[in-house]
Amino acid sequence: MTTADATRQIVDTQGMNYLVSLPRRIVTIYLPLGAFLFVLLFPFYWMVVTTFKPNEELLSREGNPFWVKAPTLAHIKKLLFDTAYPEWLWNTILVSVVSTFLSIFCSVLAAYAIERLRFRGSRYVGMSIFLAYLVPPSILFIPLAAMVYKLDLFDTRLALILTYPTFLIPFCTWLLMGYFKSIPFELEECALIDGASRLQILVKIVLPLAIPGLISAGIFAFTLSWNEFIYALTFVSSSEVKTVPVGVVTELVEGDVYHWGSLMAGALFGSLPVAILYSFFVEYYVSGLTGAVKE
Amino acid sequence: MPSHQTALSRALDNRTFLGLLFMLPAAAILLMFLTYPLGLGTWLGFTDTKIGRSGIWIGLENYEFLWGDAVTRLALFNTLFYTFVASVIKFALGLWLALLLNKHLPFKAFFRAVVLLPFIVPTALSALAFWWIYDAQFSVISWVLMRMGIIHQYIDFLGEPWLARFSTIAANIWRGVPFVAITLLAGLQTISPSYYEAASLDGASPWQQFRHVTLPMLTPIIAVVMTFSVLFTFTDFQLIYVLTRGGPLNATHLMATLSFQRAISGGNLGEGAAIATAMVPFLLAAILISYYGLQRRAWQQGSGDK
Repeated sequence: MTTADATRQIVDTQGMNYLVSLPRRIVTIYLPLGAFLFVLLFPFYWMVVTTFKPNEELLSREGNPFWVKAPTLAHIKKLLFDTAYPEWLWNTILVSVVSTFLSIFCSVLAAYAIERLRFRGSRYVGMSIFLAYLVPPSILFIPLAAMVYKLDLFDTRLALILTYPTFLIPFCTWLLMGYFKSIPFELEECALIDGASRLQILVKIVLPLAIPGLISAGIFAFTLSWNEFIYALTFVSSSEVKTVPVGVVTELVEGDVYHWGSLMAGALFGSLPVAILYSFFVEYYVSGLTGAVKE
Repeated sequence: MPSHQTALSRALDNRTFLGLLFMLPAAAILLMFLTYPLGLGTWLGFTDTKIGRSGIWIGLENYEFLWGDAVTRLALFNTLFYTFVASVIKFALGLWLALLLNKHLPFKAFFRAVVLLPFIVPTALSALAFWWIYDAQFSVISWVLMRMGIIHQYIDFLGEPWLARFSTIAANIWRGVPFVAITLLAGLQTISPSYYEAASLDGASPWQQFRHVTLPMLTPIIAVVMTFSVLFTFTDFQLIYVLTRGGPLNATHLMATLSFQRAISGGNLGEGAAIATAMVPFLLAAILISYYGLQRRAWQQGSGDK
């Protein structure tokens, strides 16, 4: 291989970057990137360290706070056996799974209708779905609270299962509309000619092709419901119906002495499930995030 | 084939009928739990409804009271300040991070995955971590600054009004930068490298390439991302609720936390609804500015007749 070939190969893979020297790359790329990663990840590191630190080390200004000298499981034990944490975890899973499936079901039908059936007025329906996606829970929770009281749903999981779709359906529908749009019309036309009904087309042709979109929407919806806070804080008051974020914030933060160890353990174990799920489906998650922002 | 079956199958072949049928589940939930509450919220703002007691129409009384209420005015100021400062910094840092991640790097996919973590974990829980990091007695930031000899006593991050404002803004930025960075990165990846090659052949410096290639190509996605970012920040609730509950001296109260305090903790549903409704014009303004900004942009680029 001649030098020219080698150079061309570098240019092909790295653009013009080969012109930038290594010291310069370190200062302009690696240092700032390292700083970003440090700041973005430090709170998680801090959760982990605090979870395993005994109280004497937590409440001391001596010694190195960044490391644990005598790791302990006492905080985790307290969290699992002396609080309602396992119940909150179960509630969060239940509410997130049910509202995710409910929303995906509604969204698949709605997105197919708007994007492929193109019934009269479907464009306006599509627009209003997008607008619905922009309505923040912070302006809906008060009237919803009034409705929840009226419907006698206060302090039930059903209140959360019914209200979470208000932000999940617009998001998932918008996302799935994008995926359905990319499926060629010809496939559907062939099936129609062969005598398939619309429902058969949806189930046997469109959905299998839209599986990446379904996974994206499902992962995203699950994460959004897991992280939801203001509705769960407002519509639920007994410990046995609380979700993890609300339970940890309202019940572990009582009194004047904060139990930082179990508080951080609660935050850690409430974050881990979504973090693990996310790590398996990063690509789907990112495409969901960016797909939803694209118009 | 019996005639009723043909009637049914004809109806099912009718796009409008089938379309409306398919829309039914989503429409039922959204109309009942989104559209109706939006109207109900506006109506509640004109009543003196309390928790457990339905109210009567009192016209603009809530709004008149809130207009003269120093705490509400402070909350409005805080919300605008919080939104403006946090959004500007999130944009700058997010764009920078996106540009860094767009470079040719080893383990690029891994970096991109890790960067998004603050955005995907529950905000209420990461806010707790910040609460502990900002602790007045045992803050790790204070510990480091003490060791470096920069300060001589621990900083009460959430105890002083301005300090608390900036501390909550920092936590909000921490949570929001990944969203801005990852979505802008997706935009950057759609810009063809041939533009940069052409620009550098013409002798454009890296800054000129950024200014005249990257920014114009990225403008549409920047507008959309920043609209979302502004909406999220303006209506933020969790961070403030966990970190300060609006204190000290209401210095960090946002419209959302104030409406929660008045409506749910204080029981004045009507007054809280009025505060929440007062947020709507600001949100509409943000959406319209970005929408018309985008349209003008499209027109300038010669695709106005699309």
